[in-house]
Amino acid sequence: MKEILVRFVVGGVVVSVFALLGDLLKPKSFAGLFGAAPSVALATLVLTVSKRGKEYAGLEARSMLIGAIAFFFYALVVSRLLIRRKVPVLPVTGLSMAVWFACAFGCWYAMLR
Amino acid sequence: MKVKFDTSGLGLSRWYEYVIRFVFGGTITALAGIVAERYGPEIGGLFLAFPAILPAAATLIEKHEKEKKERAGLDGTLRGRVTAGVDAAGAAMGSVGLMVFALIVWLKLANSSLSLVLLGATLAWLAASMMVWELRETLYRRIRARLHPASSHGLHAAAQPGSSTHRRFDE
Repeated sequence: MKEILVRFVVGGVVVSVFALLGDLLKPKSFAGLFGAAPSVALATLVLTVSKRGKEYAGLEARSMLIGAIAFFFYALVVSRLLIRRKVPVLPVTGLSMAVWFACAFGCWYAMLR
Repeated sequence: MKVKFDTSGLGLSRWYEYVIRFVFGGTITALAGIVAERYGPEIGGLFLAFPAILPAAATLIEKHEKEKKERAGLDGTLRGRVTAGVDAAGAAMGSVGLMVFALIVWLKLANSSLSLVLLGATLAWLAASMMVWELRETLYRRIRARLHPASSHGLHAAAQPGSSTHRRFDE
């Protein structure tokens, strides 16, 4: 429980810092780069290496590569739907998570399983 | 388009919006740990690149743009959505940097110090993301210059609504 709490606080701080950096930058497309900052990874990997070692963290990083490919397709779908179709943001960003899950688990199944 | 620091956007955010981002980020980080614990690092690692902050950020951008337009007596609903879309396009470019980050950590962590690898990978993320963004900007400029030679020289840009739509929201 203590470890989860530490992860929550560290993750919250790192994600907030990158989000704040994005708020301070213009143009919007450049600020958007910070929406894909490795904030969760930075917060997680330090804790993982200290508890499980480098080999375990390396395996996580390998899977993260697939997660990042899925992130690319997710962000692409969201941006196209918002710019071209001008649909409401919350349902689009929420429902498009299916793209991330399908892509991430599909690629994982095809490449790493 | 030049990259610049602009603190005016900070005034639009309220305290609870920072709390929302903190909670989103913290929850996803904790979740990544729980998933890795239960299903192993191969599955848990996927969540290190989970789009944790994007939905919250896009929703806030839409809200802020809408409020800005409403203060001017206009309906900013569509503008808010397109601006959030431009931000998401930036995140898509940033995800290329995220792939570079993961690749460096995967290949270098075993034989190097953790702090050095994370520092190098973070700098590589930033460099790769900025390169993709710059490449896209250059391509955009060239395509616009070819399609609308007059607007590319700063002349009657407003007369080219199709070509400058994306640009108007990317500010």
